[in-house]
Amino acid sequence: MPEPWEPRIVAFFCNWCTYTAADLAGVSRMKYAPNTRVVRVMCSGRMDPQFVYDAFARGADGVLIGGCHPGDCHYIEGNYKALRRFRMIRRVLREMGIEEARCRLEWISAAEGEKVRRVVNEMVEEVRRLGPLDLPGRAAEWDEEVSAHA
Amino acid sequence: MEHRADEPRIGVYVCHCGSNIAGKVRVAAVAEAAALLPGVVVSRDSKYMCSDPGQEMIQQDIREHALNRIVVASCSPLLHEETFRKATERGGLNPYFFQMVNLREHDSWVHEDADAATEKAVDLVRAAVRRVRFHRALEKTEVPVHPDVLVVGGGIAGIHAALTLADAGKRVYLVEREPTIGGHMARFDKTFPTLDCAACILTPKMSSVKAHPNITLWTYSDVTSVSGYVGNFKVVVRRRPRYVREDLCVGCLECIDACVYKEGRVPDEFNAGLGKRKPIYIPFPQATPQVVVVDPASCIRVKTGKCKSTCVEACDRDAIVFDQKEEIREIEVGAIVVATGFETFDAARIPQYGLGVYDDVYTSLQVERMVNSSGPTLGEVRLKNGSTPRSIGIIHCVGSRDQKTNRWCSRVCCMYSLKLAHLLKEHTGAQVYNFYIDIRAAGKGYEEFFDRLREEGVNFIRGRVAEITDWTMTPEEEGRLVIRVEDTLAGFVRRIPVDMVVLAVGLEPAHDAQEVRRVLNIGCSNEGFFMERHPKLAPVETFTEGIFLAGCCQGPKDIPDTVAQAGAAAAAALALVDAGRVELEPNTACVVDEACSGCKTCVALCPYTAISHDRERGKAAVNGALCKGCGTCVAACPSGAIRQNLFEDDQIFGEIEGVLVHA
Amino acid sequence: MRYAYYPGCSLKGTGKAYEESLLSVFRTLGVELHEIEDWNCCGATSYSSVHNSAAFALAARNLALAEPLRMDLVAPCAACYLVLEKTKRYIRNHPHLDERVRRGLQAAGLRYEGNVRVRHPLDVLVNDVGLDAVRAKVKRPLDGLAVAPYYGCQVVRPYSTFDHQTYPVLMDRLLEAAGAKVVRYPLKTKCCGGSLTGTQPDVGVRLAWFLIREAKKRGADVIATLCPLCHFNLDSYQDKIARTCEKVSVPTVYFTQLLGLAFGHSEKSLGLHRNIVSAHAALASRSLATAG
Repeated sequence: MPEPWEPRIVAFFCNWCTYTAADLAGVSRMKYAPNTRVVRVMCSGRMDPQFVYDAFARGADGVLIGGCHPGDCHYIEGNYKALRRFRMIRRVLREMGIEEARCRLEWISAAEGEKVRRVVNEMVEEVRRLGPLDLPGRAAEWDEEVSAHA
Repeated sequence: MEHRADEPRIGVYVCHCGSNIAGKVRVAAVAEAAALLPGVVVSRDSKYMCSDPGQEMIQQDIREHALNRIVVASCSPLLHEETFRKATERGGLNPYFFQMVNLREHDSWVHEDADAATEKAVDLVRAAVRRVRFHRALEKTEVPVHPDVLVVGGGIAGIHAALTLADAGKRVYLVEREPTIGGHMARFDKTFPTLDCAACILTPKMSSVKAHPNITLWTYSDVTSVSGYVGNFKVVVRRRPRYVREDLCVGCLECIDACVYKEGRVPDEFNAGLGKRKPIYIPFPQATPQVVVVDPASCIRVKTGKCKSTCVEACDRDAIVFDQKEEIREIEVGAIVVATGFETFDAARIPQYGLGVYDDVYTSLQVERMVNSSGPTLGEVRLKNGSTPRSIGIIHCVGSRDQKTNRWCSRVCCMYSLKLAHLLKEHTGAQVYNFYIDIRAAGKGYEEFFDRLREEGVNFIRGRVAEITDWTMTPEEEGRLVIRVEDTLAGFVRRIPVDMVVLAVGLEPAHDAQEVRRVLNIGCSNEGFFMERHPKLAPVETFTEGIFLAGCCQGPKDIPDTVAQAGAAAAAALALVDAGRVELEPNTACVVDEACSGCKTCVALCPYTAISHDRERGKAAVNGALCKGCGTCVAACPSGAIRQNLFEDDQIFGEIEGVLVHA
Repeated sequence: MRYAYYPGCSLKGTGKAYEESLLSVFRTLGVELHEIEDWNCCGATSYSSVHNSAAFALAARNLALAEPLRMDLVAPCAACYLVLEKTKRYIRNHPHLDERVRRGLQAAGLRYEGNVRVRHPLDVLVNDVGLDAVRAKVKRPLDGLAVAPYYGCQVVRPYSTFDHQTYPVLMDRLLEAAGAKVVRYPLKTKCCGGSLTGTQPDVGVRLAWFLIREAKKRGADVIATLCPLCHFNLDSYQDKIARTCEKVSVPTVYFTQLLGLAFGHSEKSLGLHRNIVSAHAALASRSLATAG
């Protein structure tokens, strides 16, 4: 019997704020949905748009990016760069027919363990509502279409 | 040694952390699943990986199985990454052939379903296994540490830290924004529970600061910018003009007598607004340095340029100079101790307590000054109408433990309220009522002090005061202040008429704590106090290496705890600067020349100006000493020509692939 | 400025003077009110103790009627204001209740999406119209008139959306803008007696007495109210207070009536003749009485 579908979300958390906030959520024993997998980067400014596309291409249903609040970046302004890229990423995703809610950027400071809990839970629910993205499957279909016309 | 081993031989270690991880994640199953992953040679689970036997196991396996990559799945890398890197190194590998998986904070502690937690653990371990094969050997970078230390804030915390460091032979810059050091403690009358006089124990330390050959004291000054990194901070300090030359003024105070204002006009900050001071003043008799200051907001000469300037004439040392300008000083230090203190809660935010509405409602700080024999009333406790109060109410937890204002306990109010109850009773013989929620007397000799107060006949009523009002209902209440409170021990609402009310105000972050935090690039917790690196294990460190915390800027605490923390912060700073060298995380970026097209996109992006464009070669170059390893340039390079050590593209792609491989 | 208007039962009955004065003051200030059609009882406090979710549905019906107008909803009665605000918050925060209310509304062919902002006229006057605009319309400043500003409980508690919960000040500022002398009145949010004046008269009337006695003691010529129930309790029981507590009397007026006087409207047009304890003499003593 196939397992029931569960949203799979790849989260990129900056080392100084959001990753630490997730640690804090742990230390505080807050409970949240087990659907995220965190990849640590030093700064949200390290977020290469390709990381997001790659995650979707490999079957993620959602991507969450966490950085320090504006003005609080450990590296002064990396989060502003992340914001700029995020807007671009969303535009590209839109072009591809991927719903906006599947990619989310959140400012979560090291003190906001509770916000990690809330954001993860919210996002899991939203993505659950949207259903599986299955970009690999869709891509295969597109490939077929393309080759059919070729 | 910049090579990658050809064939990865990976060791995976899954930690139980007692039951912390194993209680939710089926660790044996995780280890079994990992054993099947490509490249994994050894996969084990173990009770405590961070223990000696755990670390020993890694080292032994490296030797026995010729491992060249290590993955430990245990707690947060922020806690133990360094521990396991060292173990990896002891086993004979480059320490950076190691990757850590966070199964505790990010998994077992936050999820309830064991199946889901175990599945997540397997995914995360798989990600690390895929990642670690792309790791490369890196050299540690070591930089020299500047031996000088900056202490920001000259209250008891800053004073104690500065003296500790200076006594150890370090050059210390102590920067204080007020015209004098001493902070809040200088304004207290007695200290609990021993009732020794605050000035008697503080002012000798203040004088030592001034006299110490190793301390440079800059009062009336602000730290305006901090750049650089651990061991090598560049700090800009702005010294505001006090219109008095510190090198000439001897503190004779003739100028104050000579001021055209015959009486004080400006509410006296040091006395919490109880007295008035002149525009030229010295905050209090033992102010350090003993130098007067001109307040530009109230001095006619500064404001209009038109004044007889009698102060200037009165000074026979020509110390008063109205053309003084602000001075900018740039210094280099290896470590910074932040001791910027707190502010007391503004009780006007609770209007039903009547501060500023009723004459005889005072804050605790005002009463400290009132009972002080060198305070504005010379120690006389008098009502506004000149009479002595016959009954006094002290309201605890004003702006503390309150959902509508501040939720935290300010930790000192119970004890200082007891102290003030004692002092007020001693000074006036009045009936004193303390209105409390709980008495928190946890400290050496504190509970005993509480016992003593009860024996002295101070009344204690348990209940949060609803309001203080002049709405009277009986002749006895007429002309007095009525405290309405639910007495939760007696079980009914009481109206207690008193002559004087003391509001035991709580502690808050300083109003500019956010600015200070930004300048220093440190974090703060939700309520605004600066955040320590770890609440238990790194209580004076911050997330920014080389910056340490002391005193109430980190959270409310009493004087003994403040001094203890200041000592700890000084010791931590000392350990850093004394080592003389510090290792930096080698997570810097570097340009791969062959791929760089010289487009200069990265140059403008770097907030540290670490990237330059070599015109001759037509390539960008990263200055490793300036790079802090954020990776912003790496993400932006259109040709993928910049690499960030420890966070290389293929390492991160490996992780992404790892968590999604069976999705 | 345009608002949807929910009068509630009081403003059409015991609180008629409140409506009369409110409408004329708003007219002077150029504020349009659009009474929602076919509004029903807000449910007040009584209905919710009988059937909780039906009470919310009852109140939500008014919100559902107001929503298509796409305007903030002005509810002058403090009880209506609170019930509507409470309903909004409860259905937003409690999904099971939201569901029941939704089904109830559906049966009547209505739906409420949660987009109505409920406003009290005091909030509108101070924060939307502004004190300067009020001052500009003052023709006859309330010079020398000593007013005890009485807010009661429901506009500030528990939500305090526009003023301080235990020590509100906006009506003080508004009446000062109209030239009145506002006395310091620490009982401004104490209980008026509420429905206890009917159910437990010895308790309820005593509470009203405290308010009147203290206003007198502080030299108030009138007590200003912003709630029809407060107004009713303070105005109607002064006789009984004289018999059972103390012979003390201060006229009670709506804050909108005082504003109307300052704008030059007549006593009659502001409904001042409807008072049980007439304010005419108190106004006359400060030369503020009008002919009609």
